[in-house]
Amino acid sequence: MINKYCSSLNDAVADVFDGATLMVGGFGEAGSPIELIHALIDQGAKNLTVVSNNTGSGNVGLAALIANGQVSKMICSFPRTANSTVFPRKYSEGKIELELVPQGTLAERIRAGGAGIPAIYSPAGVGTILAEGKETREFGGRTYLLETAIKADFTLIKARIADRYGNLQYNKTARNFGPIMATAANKTIAQAAQFSKVKCLDPEAIVTPGIFVERVVEVFDPLVESDLVSAGATYP
Amino acid sequence: MTGVDSEKLGWSRDEMARNAALDIPSGAYVNLGIGIPELIADHIPDDREVIFHTENGLLGMGPSPAPHLSDPELINAGKKRTSAVDGAAYFHHADSFAMIRGGHIDVCVLGAMQVAENGDLANWSTGPDDPMPAVGGAMDLVAGAKSIWIVTRHRTKRGEPKLLSDCTLPVTGLGIVERIYTDLATIEVTKSGFELKELAPNTSLERVQELTGARLLNRCADDEGQIRAQSVSDRTSPWQPE
Repeated sequence: MINKYCSSLNDAVADVFDGATLMVGGFGEAGSPIELIHALIDQGAKNLTVVSNNTGSGNVGLAALIANGQVSKMICSFPRTANSTVFPRKYSEGKIELELVPQGTLAERIRAGGAGIPAIYSPAGVGTILAEGKETREFGGRTYLLETAIKADFTLIKARIADRYGNLQYNKTARNFGPIMATAANKTIAQAAQFSKVKCLDPEAIVTPGIFVERVVEVFDPLVESDLVSAGATYP
Repeated sequence: MTGVDSEKLGWSRDEMARNAALDIPSGAYVNLGIGIPELIADHIPDDREVIFHTENGLLGMGPSPAPHLSDPELINAGKKRTSAVDGAAYFHHADSFAMIRGGHIDVCVLGAMQVAENGDLANWSTGPDDPMPAVGGAMDLVAGAKSIWIVTRHRTKRGEPKLLSDCTLPVTGLGIVERIYTDLATIEVTKSGFELKELAPNTSLERVQELTGARLLNRCADDEGQIRAQSVSDRTSPWQPE
């Protein structure tokens, strides 16, 4: 019988291995699966390549994972945000690698990865330093860059509600990268603020179908990253 | 108010935003960049319906929320708390950038570090010395939105011109800027270069030309060759909404 429910955060991330590529949902704090990330800090997998739009803030969540030395490379669009000091410091010290990707290209490379498409042509970045070394091709008189798909071993995302089939709904702008990252990993691990009290969610209102989700762990009343940062919290 | 020109020339930040807002037609889907462009939403005339897109996944973005309605999972592209208006929709990032790259966004208004007279824009990196390059959605927006407008102060904080014959900083996109709203002038980027559309009060063509790093084409002069300076209160848009 299919049942995607997982009873503990530790069990949910237990199989993340050293050297894995890991997608982490979220745009700033919105949608960042902070409890799953903290469980991964406890678990200790190292040498991770992390795909996420930002690099976390303060000393909690993604920033804490980086501070803990578990990340060797970030693939992201915007590594510097208010209160993000951990990644910029490691980057300036040459201790972490960065692949900077325009945000829409990042999204579409992930979407392509999940959809079985090896590469896309994008107009974003043509003529800029981010186009250096990339193959180009003209369509209809306009130049496009060949951008390769991104896939991952694991994805960590945050949802509002889940059912036992792994069907997910999100909360407002916390949806952001969740639905596409869920499709692009071998194993997608979701934390949801609620397990559906009824057997299943309304099929018309499902945003991520359960086929894309390996396991779901309930995190009722999840931590708010900006509150933790304001309070000067540090994990672990 | 912050950011007022030390010489007290020209338009304020709000007046620059209002100049751009008056040119946005009713029915437009609009994406606003961080900084002065964000102020544009406050200046859309009441008789126009404009829908704001924020690339982190919301169409129908409203004003800043009251503190008790503020939600850390309802934010804008600048990661500030926002609100959703009636008719709003949430969506994931690939859909959001399909709206942008697919040409569904009518107007995108961004800030700038430099704009060249051929429409090249530099607004993401300070160059090889940039301690922490970050691009965000700027390159996607300029490649995909139907019209790219810039709202920026005419000069850098160090007094250097931002409007140049060529960008010296790493570009965001090539030949994409259509209009520029500065504190000193409103300018259209044409095939011939920067064309002056309107001059701010209390300045002169000569002074603005001095502060510009490329030639300003003057096609809106009156019979005496003088540009008519207008106060914002009696301003009418040089681009009439469709």
